[in-house]
Amino acid sequence: MSTITTTETTARPELPAHQGSLGARIAAGMATPGGAVFVLVAVLLVSIMISNPNFTDPGALIRFAGRTAPIAIAAMGQYYVIVSGEFDLSMGAVIATQVVLAGNFIGQDQGRILPGIVLMLVVGALIGVVNGLITTLLKVPSFIVTLGTMLALTGLVRYITGGAATGNPVDDFRQIGRGGIQDVPVVDIVPYPLIILVALAAASVWLMRRPFGRTLIAIGDNPAATNYSGAPLWSYKTRAFVLSSLSATVAGILLVGYAGVHPSVGAGYEFTAITAVVLGGVLLGGGRGWVLSAAAGAFALELLFTLLTSLGVPSTWRDTVQGLIIIAAVAVSARAWQVGRRPRRTPSPTDLSAGTPTQPATGTTTGDS
Amino acid sequence: MRRTMRGAIASAAVLVVLAGCSTDDVDEPTDATASETTSEDTGDAEEPADDTEWFVQADYDEQDAQRSATFEGDEAEPWLQYIDGEMTDTSEFKADGAKKVCFANASVSNPWRQTGFITMTQQLEALKDAGAISDMEVRDAQDDDNTQLADIDYFISEGNCDAFIISPNSTAAMTPGVERACDTGKPVVVFDRGVETDCATTFIHPIGGYAWGIDTANFLSENLEEGDKVIALRILPGVDVLETRWAAAEKIFEENAIDAEDFFTGADPTEIKKIITDALNQGEVKGVWMDAGDGAVAAIEAFEDAGVDYPVMTGEDEMSFLRKWEDTGLTGLAPVYSNFQWRTPLLAVQKIFAGEEVPKEWVLPQTPITEDERAEFLEANDGMPDGHYAKFGGEDLPGFPEAWQDR
Repeated sequence: MSTITTTETTARPELPAHQGSLGARIAAGMATPGGAVFVLVAVLLVSIMISNPNFTDPGALIRFAGRTAPIAIAAMGQYYVIVSGEFDLSMGAVIATQVVLAGNFIGQDQGRILPGIVLMLVVGALIGVVNGLITTLLKVPSFIVTLGTMLALTGLVRYITGGAATGNPVDDFRQIGRGGIQDVPVVDIVPYPLIILVALAAASVWLMRRPFGRTLIAIGDNPAATNYSGAPLWSYKTRAFVLSSLSATVAGILLVGYAGVHPSVGAGYEFTAITAVVLGGVLLGGGRGWVLSAAAGAFALELLFTLLTSLGVPSTWRDTVQGLIIIAAVAVSARAWQVGRRPRRTPSPTDLSAGTPTQPATGTTTGDS
Repeated sequence: MRRTMRGAIASAAVLVVLAGCSTDDVDEPTDATASETTSEDTGDAEEPADDTEWFVQADYDEQDAQRSATFEGDEAEPWLQYIDGEMTDTSEFKADGAKKVCFANASVSNPWRQTGFITMTQQLEALKDAGAISDMEVRDAQDDDNTQLADIDYFISEGNCDAFIISPNSTAAMTPGVERACDTGKPVVVFDRGVETDCATTFIHPIGGYAWGIDTANFLSENLEEGDKVIALRILPGVDVLETRWAAAEKIFEENAIDAEDFFTGADPTEIKKIITDALNQGEVKGVWMDAGDGAVAAIEAFEDAGVDYPVMTGEDEMSFLRKWEDTGLTGLAPVYSNFQWRTPLLAVQKIFAGEEVPKEWVLPQTPITEDERAEFLEANDGMPDGHYAKFGGEDLPGFPEAWQDR
């Protein structure tokens, strides 16, 4: 064993993901769970277009993308928490809280739009800080903490609204989630939610390439080692929870624009986001996965539901489909990431050829975005 | 390696279990969680003219007739009007002095119930001033059958009640609770949703769900062509007053060859908008039918956002729909499930203790608001919030209009 390890460290080959032509590298990426989801999105998209020709219209496509943006944003938020080895179940409740807050605080007062958005972001950040600190400092498992936050917020929303819809906020505020840049050639309209999604996705890619992102993945992979390296776990994880709650807040702002105020807006979003994240090939338990795959997972999930609808499958099956996807995606991605890893424990002669271009070491690419 | 995988699968298992918990019990205990369609389950299996759980031909015919029936009493006070029929003799309850009423409420989890409960509270003020009722103790079951049964039992054993008012959460489950209340020998007033017993002193309700379904489906059928597509948006399954609305409408749509497809929305505007948008992507949608107006605005906005013509639509007398209806100028009808019925139970209690007879089944008028009457109702309810109901019937009560405006 030890001999092999030594050999490996001294004669470590160049990272396969950084070898070869661009095409070969993309192909290697597509073979990982995080890359395969993009293929899945493409396949689903083509299937929908075949089953429902109306979907080939660029306008319909971009509207679909706009309406999926809140889910994709929530999924990217959930990604930070999951990749660091935790869960955030409070997302749906945070969305509902923000939606009700927008309806009550902003109301029909134009001048309260900006203060309202600031207030919502502050509330979102606070919820994230509470989730993060209780998880890290009090060592309460995160799914218990966030389950508690979810119930507390759901109760609060029910208390405030009595469970019924209240008035919508002013239309200008709702334009953020409902409107778009008009009269664009080909697609007709570019929805604001899509623009916000693209901006947040770019920011996320940048963030995950920064030391913060790399450390977050390292924490998910091996918290003990990362702790010994001097990175304060509590700070990183708390920031991940804050990012998650802020994503939920942005999703809430978009949804209140898209649909209006109702306490059930956001219901089930935490599970949709988690499903999207695992569908995007992110390893539950943390340490592996790309942030953009999480967003792609959200698109794949929504495309799948749309495909089922257009095939006439009753949407009663939705929850069942979602449940099966969670199980299947976790099982597949746990195996697939394993296959890509540099073998260390199997003392067979084939080990010596590990890392050659014929065996794409996909695991090494995980931290890249 | 193995450990990682096992850990991941264990986490996934926890997740799935939690997912189950959440959707059933924690997250949304009452509403349908996601959009569901049951057209496959109920529609196709159902033989026309055959009775099913939610369609009884005799009840349909009765309510159809009641739509044009004559109501006893003053038209200016529709909450006291009733259709002539069997009366309950209440001379045994005749008593002097102010009485304590106990009210087991199903919930206030939708704007219709919230508006009604305000009206009831203001009616209570009026009756307190009149010295008829000393106090009303309210327990809110928050849409839960078990909670409501416990509430009723609490009232029976410890409530010190002179009379019971029950607004049942669901039909079958509340029947034993109402029977236990009847067994105390005190007056029992049931209103809104029904139960499967006639032991109550009086059962107060507007004409009913079939009448709603008939009014709305006839309107859509008259304004649409054969083969036109109608999306039916339903809040949740299993509540008689909602199920019968759809059962009647579905029958009429079938008879007129209107292609209607139904979905459960949980009144969630996001779901409503998605359902309409998906349907518009599939093809043209000519009409929208709703079993309650909550979320009507989201449905109309879906048409606006898709840049297509407005549908012919039936909503409800909720202010949000009336206002949007006027703004858009679409062809529409606002069916009414008379919100003023929330006044009637307390007035019934007053009558019962005065020894005046009350109808055994107190059927209140239920008349839709047409486009011609819309302006009148918009004006009368100017300044009311979007979740307010135009036919709330509380204009002469103390606290009008502030009590309904600040909620």
